[in-house]
Amino acid sequence: MNDMTVAQLIQALRDREFSSVELTRRYLDRIAQRDGDLNSYISVAPEVALAEAEAADRLLTGDNPPALAGIPIAHKDIFCTRGLRTSCASRMLDNFVPPYDATVVERLRHAGCVTLGKTNMDEFAMGSSSESSYYGVCRNPWDNRRVPGGSSGGSAAAVAADLAAAATGTDTGGSIRQPAALCGITGIKPTYGRVSRLGMIAFASSLDQGGPMARTAEDCAILLGAMAGHDARDSTSMDQPVPDYRAALSLSLQGLRIGLPREWFGEQLQPAVADRIHAALRELEALGATLVDIDLAHSELSIPAYYIIAPAEASTNLARYDGVRYGHRCDSPRDLHDLYTRSREEGFGDEVQRRILVGTYALSSGYYDAFYKKAQQARRLIRQDFLDAFSQVDIIAGPTTPGPAFRLGEKTDDPVAMYLEDIYTLGVNLAGLPALSMPAGQVGGLPVGLQLVGPHFGEAQLLATAHQLQLATDWHLSRPPAPTATGDAA
Amino acid sequence: MSIGKDELSRIAELARLRVDSDELPALTRRLDDILGMVETLQAVDTGGVEPLSNPLDAHQPLRADVVTEDNRRSEFQAVAPAVENGLYLVPKVIE
Repeated sequence: MNDMTVAQLIQALRDREFSSVELTRRYLDRIAQRDGDLNSYISVAPEVALAEAEAADRLLTGDNPPALAGIPIAHKDIFCTRGLRTSCASRMLDNFVPPYDATVVERLRHAGCVTLGKTNMDEFAMGSSSESSYYGVCRNPWDNRRVPGGSSGGSAAAVAADLAAAATGTDTGGSIRQPAALCGITGIKPTYGRVSRLGMIAFASSLDQGGPMARTAEDCAILLGAMAGHDARDSTSMDQPVPDYRAALSLSLQGLRIGLPREWFGEQLQPAVADRIHAALRELEALGATLVDIDLAHSELSIPAYYIIAPAEASTNLARYDGVRYGHRCDSPRDLHDLYTRSREEGFGDEVQRRILVGTYALSSGYYDAFYKKAQQARRLIRQDFLDAFSQVDIIAGPTTPGPAFRLGEKTDDPVAMYLEDIYTLGVNLAGLPALSMPAGQVGGLPVGLQLVGPHFGEAQLLATAHQLQLATDWHLSRPPAPTATGDAA
Repeated sequence: MSIGKDELSRIAELARLRVDSDELPALTRRLDDILGMVETLQAVDTGGVEPLSNPLDAHQPLRADVVTEDNRRSEFQAVAPAVENGLYLVPKVIE
């Protein structure tokens, strides 16, 4: 049962090669052995997992077991899990045990998934390295001196190190795709509104979207099929039919027009990464696709527009943490003002406080038009570039990140340098488009990610393209080196 | 673009965050870096461009004005820092 994909595990469980309880124990054992070094989990839930596995084993003896019966997965610690602490990697929610499940959690449980635990992340999903967690940095299984990416770094590291068959993630500006790229796995950010945000702790509500992270595009297709769909309890959830993503994987790439944005292959992109991306694009050409150069003329506005809109929305969303109804409360508050300010100052880490301050500034009287309104106007220009491009091409392809995983601590003292890590991913969120990242070989022993972007609700074409590429290549089969006896993977 | 210490203190107060005076200089520099980066937007001509707040240009749906949730007060208050008789406790506001 080592090193199997979700698709393989589904078959093996149905063929009674092993039970879900045996499989779940095996993941729990691996987490116990390996995660002391990686720190990819904030909470491991053996009792919950084994109880769910037993229930799944009973379903598997029945006639029609649910699609994912008995598959052990991990949830990013941003998804509310009833009765299981959900911290968002923040001291603010260190004591928060949700009274309800996120819709994503509910749907995956209904589909038969087993919950192994909750994964590490940047605090409140604000970051690109998973170093800002209250529970300590998460490490990259390919090299434990390097970051796994962020903010869904724990989910990416856990899947890459085979500490979960798959995991959930969220992506506000690249937080599924960038860690998937840096850890050598496949992850998809669906169209805004495709997956319910209910119970997904809010960061920037017009950008946040949940999605699956797994070893293959096929696995992502299976998981997304279970996660997606309208939720009346999320007013931004779109009432659109969910296609059979797995059945659509066999779509041919013959005649597929792939746009390559000139702006994504400029001097920011490390040359060795560019080589890997071009090699992957040649494979897509060999499968029948046509490559077309395109322009996304306003793409350089993505970073400034995002770093106004996301902090502005965060500053309003995080106003709810007041030390009154749930979350951290300071000791012996002198008065109500002291209760608010001290609880928030103690509960939030540095980057979260910086973003709240930037957002408050951008929304404050006298600056609103110059910052927030201007950013929303730029947002429309950025989206229009994508919509124009999709009148010429079926999908867009390019790098997920400018380079492979960077060293722990390398960018923590320079927020702006950290923000540049998201240069190719942010525009997709501003435009609300679906996009995935998949492995495309390595540079210096570290994985590189190929990003595919589709039109709104075009997930099936993205997953099919990635699947066809994975059938023809073996980049997604590369695994991190086994850790040495000292736990040093380098 | 530069944010002064007084301005930063005003913003921190609006956001109900406490910033220690010895942290002010470093935090001011960091925020100046960020504001310098986002300021590149000012050079862009956005005349006549409608602001985009929902990436699908979707509107909020309306639903019937009926009660759909059960009262789960005790469950919700189980995670509150301080409650008494079903009420949330805060420091005295009115003398």
